[in-house]
Formats: sequence, C-alpha cells, structure tokens
Amino acid sequence: MIVEAHGSHSPRPLGVSDPALKEGSVGWTRPKTIRLVSAETPMTLELGGRIGPVDVEYETYGVLSEARDNVVFVAHALSGDAHAAGWDREAQGAGRPWRATSPGWWDFMIGPGKAIDTTKYFVICPNVLGSCYGTTGPSSPDPTTGTPYGLRFPKVTIGDWVDLHARLLDALGIERLWAVVGGSVGGQQALEMALRFPDRVARAVVMSASTRLSAQGLSFNAVGRTCILADPNFAGGDYYGGKLPASGLASARMLAHITYLADGDMHEKLGRRLQAGTSGPGEGFGNEFAVEGYLDQQGRSFVERFDANSYLYVTRAMDYYDASVWGGGDVTEACRRMKARMLILSFASDWLCPPESCRALALALIKSGGKVTYANVPSQDGHDSFLFASEMTERMVSGFLSF
Amino acid sequence: MPPSLPHDPRIDPGLLAERDVERLPPGLFEWRVAEVVQIASTRRERGHARPAANLRWQDDVIVREIQPGVRVLDLGCGNGQLLERLQRERQIRGQGIEIDATAVLTATTRGVSVFQADLSQGLSWFPDDSFDVVVLEETLQTLAQPRLMLGEMLRVGRRGIVSFPNFAHWRVVVDLVAHGRMPVTERLPYHWYDSDNIHPFTLQDFLDWVDTSNARIVAGHSFSDGAVRALRPEDNLHAEEVLVVVERT
Repeated sequence: MIVEAHGSHSPRPLGVSDPALKEGSVGWTRPKTIRLVSAETPMTLELGGRIGPVDVEYETYGVLSEARDNVVFVAHALSGDAHAAGWDREAQGAGRPWRATSPGWWDFMIGPGKAIDTTKYFVICPNVLGSCYGTTGPSSPDPTTGTPYGLRFPKVTIGDWVDLHARLLDALGIERLWAVVGGSVGGQQALEMALRFPDRVARAVVMSASTRLSAQGLSFNAVGRTCILADPNFAGGDYYGGKLPASGLASARMLAHITYLADGDMHEKLGRRLQAGTSGPGEGFGNEFAVEGYLDQQGRSFVERFDANSYLYVTRAMDYYDASVWGGGDVTEACRRMKARMLILSFASDWLCPPESCRALALALIKSGGKVTYANVPSQDGHDSFLFASEMTERMVSGFLSF
Repeated sequence: MPPSLPHDPRIDPGLLAERDVERLPPGLFEWRVAEVVQIASTRRERGHARPAANLRWQDDVIVREIQPGVRVLDLGCGNGQLLERLQRERQIRGQGIEIDATAVLTATTRGVSVFQADLSQGLSWFPDDSFDVVVLEETLQTLAQPRLMLGEMLRVGRRGIVSFPNFAHWRVVVDLVAHGRMPVTERLPYHWYDSDNIHPFTLQDFLDWVDTSNARIVAGHSFSDGAVRALRPEDNLHAEEVLVVVERT
C-alpha cells in the first residue's frame, strides 16, 4: 500500500480529539530503556565480537498476568522500532517528530479488542541490537573512546538479537511466551526464538518470512549497502556530527522500498502519471514521473529517521540468517527442535519473500511433526502486506492466539 | 457382490457394535414403485447454489471410529468442524489440509491447525506413518488423481477413513436410466460441468480398489433415507453415502 511518508505533516493538535483516546488504541505510550549487559561483563556475539554495555529500548502494552503467562512478544522488521502501537507523547522532545503524526507501526494489530488484544495479552516489543531507536547500535558511544562506534561496532546476527531479547524476558521475570509474532525480519526473529528457546515459546506467528534470504534478497541488500558505502559523506562510518551520507541512505531505501511493494499496486496508484507541476516529457533527469517523486519522498523521510550504519548492520544480520543451521543445513531437522504451535502466513503479492518460500518453511515444520497452520493471504501490497490492515490477517492471528 | 466385508477377529468388537438405527429397505418389488415412477417421469431442478453438505452422520461415525489421543490428518478438512470435534471429544493431535483460504481462516478461529494446499500433488512432504488415521471425508471423488491419494493415505497413515457418495444408489441409477443424463439427486445437485465430483464412483468400485491394493476393510457404514447402519453386501444399490475404514495390510 502506498501511504504518506512519515514526517510529512506538522504535528496534529492534541486535545479532545486525541487519537490516543480512540477506541481500540493502546493510548499514549512511553518507551522504556533497560541496561541488559554491563560494560564489565560484555555479551559475546555469535560472530565472535563482544559488546557492553547494551541498553535495550522497549515498549509494553496491556497488563502482565499474575502467572506471567500472557506475554505476546512482537518482533519488528528491518527499519522498525519498539513503538509498535499507540501514540508517543514525547515524540517531539525525543527527536522523533515522525511519531507525532502516526501511531506505532502495528497499531491496527495491537490494542484493546484488536487481533493482539491488549485486554488479554501483555505485549512486549523491543528495538533490536544494532538499530538506532534506543537500543545500543553503531551510533551509540563506544565506552573506550566516548565517540560513536561507527563501523567499530561488532557484527550482529538475528541470533544475537534473540539472545538479547531472552535477557530482556529474564529481566522482566517472564519464563515462557504465550506467543512470539513478527513479519519479514521480525518473522525470522519469531522463528529463531522458537528454535533457540523451544521451551520458552508456546506459539509463533511468522509472516512474510522464510528460513533465509534468497540470492535475490541478498542482492538487493548488497546494492543498498553499496549506495551507502559509495556516498562521499560516509567517511568510513564516522560521519556523526558532520554531513550525513544522506543520498546513499536515501538511494538504499528507494531500492528497498520497491521490493516491499507490488507492481500492480504501484501501477494502480501511481502508474505512468507525471508529477504535478511537470509540463511534459523531456524536462530532464529529476522527478518527472509520479513514481519518482514518491520514491524520492520515501528516501528523504527515511534519512530523517534512520542511521546509515545501522542500515549496514541490520541488513547484514538479515543476510547471515539461516534457520537450517539448527539442523546441520536441513530445515526439517532444525524444526524438530521446536515445541511451538506455528502460524505461517504468506501474502500472494509478495515477491521479495514469495509465498513458495513461506510455504517451504511451513512444509518443513509439518514434515518435522509440528502443528502448523499455513495460509496464503490474498493481497495487493507486496512484501509489506503484513503492515497493512487486512481482515484475514487479523482474524487469522487473533484466532490462532486464542487457542 | 462385495467380496470382503469385515469380519476380522482383530477388530475391537466395540468399534463395530451396532449403535446405528437399523432400517433395511423393503424388498425390491414392492420397493417404492411410486418413487421410481416419479423419478422417471420428472426431471428435478438442478441446484445452483451449493447446499451445505450435511456430513453430521459421517462426523458422528468418525468420532466413534477414532481412538483417543491418536494423530489424525484430515484431507480436505474444510472449515475444521470434524477436527475441532475430534480434538474436543477424542483429544487427538489433528492436522488439516484445505485448499480454500476462507475455510482455513474459519478452522484457525476454531483452534484447528490447517495447511493451505492443493491435494493434487499428493502428500509427498509427509514421511511414512506420520499419522495414525488419515481422513478423506467426501473428498476422494473431487480429486484429479484419487488412486494416488488413496496410496498416499495408506503410506502416511496406517488407517484411512474414506467417505463418498455412492453413484450406484438406486435413485441415481433410475435417474440416469430414465433420463439419459448425469443424475440429479438431493445429494448430487449440480450440473455435470459445475460439480466438484470429477471422479464419480460406486461402492463396488471402491471395494475393487481395496481388492487390488495393500488394504483391507475394517469397518463400514452406509447412509440412506436418513439412517446410518453397518455396511451390507447389497449396499451398492441401497447406500446413498458410504463411510469405510481401511487399514494397510
């Protein structure tokens, strides 16, 4: 679905029409930060690096039951954050103005009476290691120098993210999850959590995700990183405080954004129309077509809210992920570890993680003896379909979670 | 007539105990002459909308046939009604396969695990003996390759439960003979080109398959005129619907 980019409006006036007071909203949210790894005892990472201290930003919605058994863990995708639902009252002051005009990234899914019903479940959503939304990442200060890590930040994996999230659950006194839910890289986190901690995950919902990226998926990530690395402002990753590698990051986002959409939807919404204000063909190489203007806007707004180094680290973590390592290269063997009931959803118009690849994961699960629900949801919104309200997606998730 | 109806001493007698209503059709000559005349002289309206198939009797029988706690695969499970009942009343470990996304959704809201897939490719993804019982409830005659699926059923599970409309039922036969067109009955209401039943077959056809396969019948039930009873040799003509439990030999 093609929507207005973040940050393109001035903040909505607050008052009686507070969006957070609307029925079904979790309301005003406040991010929390917790130190999970100290500087003295750093965390050892899968690829051999060590990191400490590590802070994690997370949000929670709903009420933790006395038995601490109603926890739904929500994992965000590549450029996501801990703000999954509701409205962030401190958005402006915290330097996140885009949040003032839109609710959390999965607001249609999480809230009272919604698919992930916050009157029943206690929802936790943390920001991943290496990202730039409050959890330690390459833009955080390196304790040895006091300046941002930049490329001295160690390489991280999805396994590291999940390990860190398990530490978060430990810190919150939560032994076992009612469910873990995510789409795209969030879906891979859900899968990894069910593999890595089989006794801690009762249910897992994996949307628009497979066991690993295809060669095509790796390629798109590679081109995106090339754009960033080739930006003259990149300066080996030490651009903080100076000119940002904005054009590189924007180009990376433009490319990636195309892979999240479906051609049919782009054609329907933007087609071959010319930009408003363009007199006709032949003006030059700027934004002549509406689709160019749209992508340009996507790129620009992304630069305002994401860090180029984080983009390198997070896409690399995606690249490295391969769930089959739990089975010595065999996905079915890997799935034998799992104890969770699984819901796998693919989306018909997703060509980045096509239905066949999600189905292959579901088949491996079923082959391993697991209980699996798999459905291919009709959609026009491409890979990003899981981010847009759909009756089928919402009812599948709420139905699956209630048993 | 059918060669091999079940009298196997290894079968739990409780399994075959007759809880069903006994109602045998009357003798052939006094047999609903009026109805035969009526079928022969009038052509029924063909249905357009698909009526909700009343599979209740089959579900009831299947629930009785299935032992508690077993692993059950339901092929073409629709909206998961049977599996939900089996999970509740028999505490089985169930898995369904269904092609229709909306049916998968309904099954999910019932707490039933369903894999959305087309059965025409077989069940190659399941290893041998993945299940104790495989159910093909009113599904076999809708498949492109029924024999493939029967073989797969007994590979993936030790037991199979197969139910189907019997195309040799006397009403169907009379209708076909009298009108020379594909029969229309209450249970088979579609035009030949609208019907999901692309492989119509009879009870005798099915028994022939059993004889040529590594399978034997362990229980059978028939449905006609609203009553369910144990399968009998004359049922090729008398049964509207048949439910058979087969086992790999």
